[in-house]
Amino acid sequence: MTVTQADPAAPAGSADSLTQHRALGDRTFQILALAAGLLVLVILVLIAVSTTQQSTSWFTTQGWSGIFSTDWDPTNNKFGALAFIYGTAITSVIAIIIAVPVSIGVALLLTQVVPARTARPIVWIVDLLAVVPSVVWGLWGILVLAPWLQGIYTSIASGVNGIPVLDNLFGQPVSGSSFFTAGLILAVMITPIVTSLSREVIATVPTIDKEGAYALGATRWEMIRGAVWPHSQGGVVGAVLLGLGRAMGETIAAALVIGSSPQITSHLFATGYSMPAVIANQFGEASGEFRAALIGIGVLLFVITIIVNLGARGIVERSARRARGA
Amino acid sequence: MFNSGLDVDTLSRKTVPDARFRGFVPSLIAVREKRYTHKENPDMQLRGRKHVAAVGGAVLVTLLAAACSSSTTNPPASGATGGGSSPTSGSENLSGTLNASGSTFQTNFQQSAISQFKSVQSGMTVNYGGGGSGKGRTDLAGGTVNFAGSDSPIPSKDEPLFKGKKVLYFPVQIGPIAVAYNLSGVSNLKLDPKVLADIFSGKVTTWNDQEIKALNSGANLPGTKITLAVRSDSSGTTQNFSLFLQTAAGSAWTLGSSSTIKWPSTAHAASGGSGVAQVVKTTSGAIGYVDDSTAKASGLSTAMIKNKDGAFVAPSSAGATAAASAVTPKPDLTFTTVWQGGATAYPITYQSWDLVFAQQPNANDAAMLKAYIGYLLGQGQSLLEPIGLAPLPSNIDSMAKAQLDQITS
Repeated sequence: MTVTQADPAAPAGSADSLTQHRALGDRTFQILALAAGLLVLVILVLIAVSTTQQSTSWFTTQGWSGIFSTDWDPTNNKFGALAFIYGTAITSVIAIIIAVPVSIGVALLLTQVVPARTARPIVWIVDLLAVVPSVVWGLWGILVLAPWLQGIYTSIASGVNGIPVLDNLFGQPVSGSSFFTAGLILAVMITPIVTSLSREVIATVPTIDKEGAYALGATRWEMIRGAVWPHSQGGVVGAVLLGLGRAMGETIAAALVIGSSPQITSHLFATGYSMPAVIANQFGEASGEFRAALIGIGVLLFVITIIVNLGARGIVERSARRARGA
Repeated sequence: MFNSGLDVDTLSRKTVPDARFRGFVPSLIAVREKRYTHKENPDMQLRGRKHVAAVGGAVLVTLLAAACSSSTTNPPASGATGGGSSPTSGSENLSGTLNASGSTFQTNFQQSAISQFKSVQSGMTVNYGGGGSGKGRTDLAGGTVNFAGSDSPIPSKDEPLFKGKKVLYFPVQIGPIAVAYNLSGVSNLKLDPKVLADIFSGKVTTWNDQEIKALNSGANLPGTKITLAVRSDSSGTTQNFSLFLQTAAGSAWTLGSSSTIKWPSTAHAASGGSGVAQVVKTTSGAIGYVDDSTAKASGLSTAMIKNKDGAFVAPSSAGATAAASAVTPKPDLTFTTVWQGGATAYPITYQSWDLVFAQQPNANDAAMLKAYIGYLLGQGQSLLEPIGLAPLPSNIDSMAKAQLDQITS
């Protein structure tokens, strides 16, 4: 039932006052909603301004070469963030490489393969992964997964010993904590968001396209490749980038399993460090320039995640426009 | 082949993309119906408008709550220096709240003292938030806490933060840092500062190294690789352990002294003292530094360390007190208990202070601080030994008590 249907039945006199009342209500709501929206923006700007302000001494004393050096040595006032940027990048890439095929596979399964009745419980289970708090992932990672993985890492390392490229990627581990362990945990953590976004994008593929593909004699795989994929490609890329943003910002789980050793190495089984992890670990005792450097790393991370998220939004919106146009 | 049931579902999903909205949309329609069918009834209209306002308000409140939780990361210390509203100058029955944060080394002591203090001053509430010495000092300088726990004096480069206001140091506890190891069949391992420095800087890498053998002639040392267990979070324990190596090992230690050390990349880093203890417990050949109380709680073997007088001493409360009794504090009551003389002194002993501004904003805050810190220095000292820490030697304790008078408003 809609407003216009109800209106003609109303007496002429009270209709005026009703419109007035409604206009007042609408305006109040509009102002409240606008205020809520602006508040988010204001808070974001305030966070950016205050963190930048508190980290200026890092930027001014270390200079660009200091910031992008690999030397993180608070004892001697050297605060280079490159090892953390590298760790964040490597763990996020590992997470994406593992999580994306799984997520897209699950999304295709849910939309194209199984009927809705079966799909729903699978959706619940995947979404449950997103509900587990990150500190629980971290504790599980460090207490259960890492000791178990150490044995596997050791056997992989001895297996590839002497093979040119693999030898440099998979060396002997120091412990179960490593870039790769952190990447694995992050992969599990970003799977739900990538899956549910991909699922929604894939669900917007017009039935006509799919039926057309079937009518031309396509198998299900050919239909997915020919009709579903071209249509949802952009949206899925956006979903992956949003997952990437999440992986880069993940703090506690990464801090627990990455091994906390600021170094740049090609060995994925070596211990490393990431930007959020170093902030979480070292902020408590930091003061002076050390503190400024940690806040500065936060600012860098903020900038990087904003760029990634804006990029993702852009791609998703462009593909959504194209999808509506199609 | 083609499943038509699936297709209908895909279509319905297309119109209402998210399952959550399917429940939400009918209820929205229901609200609208209610509102417009009863529009002649002014009560109903009013209720409708209230509904909108309430929803808007709820949205705003949720946003505010979300914003607050994301912009401030420190949950305790909200009451700031306001404390009690009614200044009671007679120090008998005080009421109000003291907030504090800082050293995690003090957390156990503060917690047991806070619960016991309730029987002394039932009207007072004390909150100790932990978070690390650096955070405590920053919070104190920023005026968000009434006192701060710190394992080291204020670094000179941080002094500008305090804007020239006088800060009083009240030593409250001392405690030994144990060197814990996991080596089956080897008990009473003996180490000296030089060997410890070589082990923790990665120069000595196996347990049967000549340096270790020389100190443990009778022991059957295996050829196991040494795994270093260190703190991944910055910590006063790390600071004082490295201070010990710097002071006692001299040129053998090159990594400096700080709450965060650039350890060799082969080191196994873990969060918190209990994390380090966990690594030592589960890794054969591991060696790490932890609070003695943590090492004892995890059932780890601890090494005997050679002290300044040349005796090998195991970590204990008595050894820590012995080390502290050799100390002559500076006039501001700062001192270090690391590497002190005395035959029974344990060489890796450290201390923690509560930092307070001498000038308090009101009489009640001053009275509450005097009462609580006075308690920590008095009756509270007896709470230390049961939790693996050590009480202050009587000379330092009485100096600290005398300093209480300097808290004024």
